[in-house]
Amino acid sequence: MHERRIERLLTCAALSSIAILALIILFIFKEGIGAVRHTGVLNFLVGSRWSPSREVFGIFPMIVGSLWVTVGALLLGAPLGILCAVFLSEFAPPKIANLARVSVQMLAAIPSVVYGFIGLVVVVPLIREYLGGPGFSVMASSIVLATMILPTVISISLDAIEALPSSYKEGAIALGATKWQAVAMVILPSARSGILAAVILGMGRALGETMAVIMVAGNALSVPTGALAPVRTLTSGIALEMGYATGLHRQALFGMGIVLLLLILGLNLIASSVGRGVRR
Amino acid sequence: MNRLKDRLGTTLVWLSGIGVMLLLAAIVGMVLVRGIPALSVEFLTSAPEKMGREGGILPMIVGTMLLALLAVPLSGILGVGAAIYLAEYTVESRLTRIVRLATESLAGVPSIIFGLFGFVLFVMTLGFGWSLLSGALTLAFMTLPTIIRTAEESIRSVPGIYREVSYALGAGKWQTIRRVVLPSAGPGILTGIMLALGRSVAETAAVIFTAGSSLKYPRTLFDPVRTMAVHFYILAREGISMERAYGTAAMLIILILIVNSVALLLMQRFRAKV
Repeated sequence: MHERRIERLLTCAALSSIAILALIILFIFKEGIGAVRHTGVLNFLVGSRWSPSREVFGIFPMIVGSLWVTVGALLLGAPLGILCAVFLSEFAPPKIANLARVSVQMLAAIPSVVYGFIGLVVVVPLIREYLGGPGFSVMASSIVLATMILPTVISISLDAIEALPSSYKEGAIALGATKWQAVAMVILPSARSGILAAVILGMGRALGETMAVIMVAGNALSVPTGALAPVRTLTSGIALEMGYATGLHRQALFGMGIVLLLLILGLNLIASSVGRGVRR
Repeated sequence: MNRLKDRLGTTLVWLSGIGVMLLLAAIVGMVLVRGIPALSVEFLTSAPEKMGREGGILPMIVGTMLLALLAVPLSGILGVGAAIYLAEYTVESRLTRIVRLATESLAGVPSIIFGLFGFVLFVMTLGFGWSLLSGALTLAFMTLPTIIRTAEESIRSVPGIYREVSYALGAGKWQTIRRVVLPSAGPGILTGIMLALGRSVAETAAVIFTAGSSLKYPRTLFDPVRTMAVHFYILAREGISMERAYGTAAMLIILILIVNSVALLLMQRFRAKV
């Protein structure tokens, strides 16, 4: 009797993550769908004017902005992260590998506002000085985001590489391959699905990051014209206006939340089907 | 040609590895070097004045601690319960696959979405307002996946022989879990709890719309609070006081380094034991 009651309680606990995810989807949709309907799905997604006072809600510039900074972050962060995972598993002497592992975990723990702040006082002025423009830009956001996705890319790629049977590498070395050849021709290709999952999850993190991006992006409300132009992302668009938005305006912000949530849940699904079997 | 490729590849790999370590050192170093001079007893033990231009950050330290200490026990109980169920009570089935998928998806949901969600559900619908309670519940939901994942992993790594010996001695299932499995998995579970604590302390987007940004000390669960991360964000972004922003950031980083070092030490002890 006692045992059965405990099992029931534990089952409820296990179902809580399903319940919470369902609640999140439900409430974000319920709150945001009104403004999307009011504007029309197509106009909401591809409309390029955002003018809350006139109840005009087109979020196209912010969708493009999010994609730009995310792609930039991946171009910079993914190769660095994958190479770092290779370093940790294949090249680093044990002591250095340990130190690097600790560093990666600490990088994951640093608050996003601190990343944004470093971007604000270091990256933005450097870009303004040496490359021109206002400094607050797609490029600044991508650099900050690239740093922030490193822990995700590194730890999941590392899992994928370490899950490979050691005979793969030993076989390559026995055939006379150098360490680098073993990495480039055997290890990376065999771990590619796990590495791809790592990059996709990194993409999700970049797409969802908010506070750091607000501080360095410039937040201009137009489609960015280049890497040095200011940009507003979906996330920063929500956070900048949530403080004072009411009525239909607030609903439109939740509408942006719907778009963001769908994009990220989609990416997660892709990552988990691509990387199936890698994590355990 | 191959020789050249080899050199180039190896150099790139080393540069990336060392680069990541230098990156961390540079970020932490910069915040500490510029922030520690701003720390003083007065800064840490007084309330801010003139929106934070003067005075200290004690209400923010209190608010941060209270929020994290309310959130983590909640996600701890739920998360460890879920992990026990997943590791001890079921075999792989459709249900466990769905639970895992939901947990992974929840881990990927951005904190701004948790902020929006907490705002509609706790602040508005349930009428808790911007408050400690709304913020803590939101953070509890947000940190749940971290705890489930680490706790399940630690429970699974407890050797099966422990359970068999316990059953052989006549213990029931729950007795075995409580007296044998959980104590052995303890350090691993604690690691997850410390990581969740670190995430709660570091969070901004999810708490700014649920716990508010009041400069006062909270008196009840329904009072708003401003966390250190939110305070730092407002000081830096609105350019209120760079000196005090650095000071707040240094405190935040020190706190987070301590919490995460404890997590890492626990993890290493756990790995060594199992």
